Amino acid sequence: MHSDDHQNAEFLQERVLLSKNYEKALEEIDENLIYWPRFIRHKCKQRFTKITQYLIRIRKLTLKRQRKLVPLRRKIERRENRREEKALIAAQLDNAIEKELLERLKQDTYGDIYNFPIHAFDKALQQQDAESESDSDAEREEDDDDDDDEDVDKREFVEAEDSELSDFEDMDKLETSSEEEQEEEEEVEKKASYSKWKGKTPLKGPARRKRPYIEIEYEEETEPSTKTKAA
Amino acid sequence: MAGEGSGTVPGDGAGPPAPERVLFPPTFSVSEIKNKQRRHFMFLRWKQQQRKEKLALKKKRRKEREALGDKAPPKAIPKTIENQRVYDETTVDPNDEEVAFDEATDEFAPYFNRQTVPKILITTSDRPRGRTVRFCEQLATVIPNSHVYYRRGLALKRIIPQCIARDFTDLIVINEDRKIPNGLVLSHLPDGPTAHFRMSSVRLRKEIKRKGKEPTEHVPEVILNNFTTRLGHSIGRMFAALFPHNPQFIGRQVATFHNQRDYIFFRFHRYIFKSEKKVGIQELGPRFTLKLRSLQKGTFDSKFGEYEWIHKTSSVTQ
Repeated sequence: MHSDDHQNAEFLQERVLLSKNYEKALEEIDENLIYWPRFIRHKCKQRFTKITQYLIRIRKLTLKRQRKLVPLRRKIERRENRREEKALIAAQLDNAIEKELLERLKQDTYGDIYNFPIHAFDKALQQQDAESESDSDAEREEDDDDDDDEDVDKREFVEAEDSELSDFEDMDKLETSSEEEQEEEEEVEKKASYSKWKGKTPLKGPARRKRPYIEIEYEEETEPSTKTKAA
Repeated sequence: MAGEGSGTVPGDGAGPPAPERVLFPPTFSVSEIKNKQRRHFMFLRWKQQQRKEKLALKKKRRKEREALGDKAPPKAIPKTIENQRVYDETTVDPNDEEVAFDEATDEFAPYFNRQTVPKILITTSDRPRGRTVRFCEQLATVIPNSHVYYRRGLALKRIIPQCIARDFTDLIVINEDRKIPNGLVLSHLPDGPTAHFRMSSVRLRKEIKRKGKEPTEHVPEVILNNFTTRLGHSIGRMFAALFPHNPQFIGRQVATFHNQRDYIFFRFHRYIFKSEKKVGIQELGPRFTLKLRSLQKGTFDSKFGEYEWIHKTSSVTQ
């Protein structure tokens, strides 16, 4: 009785190890389930096929690179987003960039491209302005002849300063012709990039407000007069 | 009913307008009213009172300042995180010799000695979606001498030797998740450090308001702000090594990496000097922010790499 119970308590199933060969395994299923209905045998074989296929796929995938899914931690994400916003506000990017650019201008990393009248020079040159005005006029006429007429507004603005500074620098270096040629070349290239800008008003909001529209109109009006003078 | 001793309890909702100075018995607090509507009303009234008091205080202080005139004490500087930060010992001193020596002999030395020209390979993770692809293209226009290649399931381990063979100096991999780019791996090639960033707020060119025309082919300048500590210094050098040495000032383009509270903001602008004290900038090009997650010593190797630095949240194992 005791042994009987023990036997009954065991699994009423028998485990058969199928062969590694797919076709032989299918045959073995058929042999082992010989008196079972056809439908059940078919379903068994289908299940077996599914299992072998996904085992094959697993083995293939482990050889390739596997994408590791890292769960996003919500609290951390929220915290980082909020901190990023605050950091953006604290950064004041536009001001920082503008400051850095002006610093670089002051430290002369741009060399001779931008010739702005520096205040010290301004005050020193105000006396010499009267004297050099005739010279600068002559230079301006020469340059008008040589350069292209693509973008005159900016050119006028730059040249006025050019003449002042070049006078000063002449006294030091005595290299007028080479400097002027360099400046002309760079101006031509600068004009190429300026002409791209010319049609639209792409500068940012505050810059657009402060950009003197008046200046452009004024210069265009005077431009034909200088041209006729040169001609 | 001990807590509910308020002198003027309103009927429903609206109630009488708040008197000038509400008298509360000393043991009263707004949170002790059980009725939500009444509690809400009392709280609003309390808030209004607080605001009035604050305004009155401000006015009084301002009057005192004006009255004192020149003798007034200087205005207090508001405390910000930048003000209150504990001084970081790893801040690099510009004259530090040890740092200078390190930098002369580290992996970027050939770049900074102008022996190598940067050549960059930009790629993505598998199967990039439209946004990532467009972002890669725009990034390629921003960084000169860079090429975009599709991944197509190739393993990074195998790409890297090929890149080295073809003389690439840097590899950028943009990781994508759910159709938006969210990670960036920047690896300096001939065995250089690999930095893994988390990328956020990516804006493509068309999403930037008031932008200008496309970035031209000129080599932009580079601005690196606030990379002060040792770690910041090495990351800053990594970014600097992406761009060629000779910026073409004619192009008037500048790429900025601004580090603020461990977030690196990337912007790409075109500038114009309107006078010697004023410059106008116009944003072109994509923008994104990066947060460093880890810095590895060698090239990309997630399993066996030697990590120089890992962010706390990334390294926590559960």
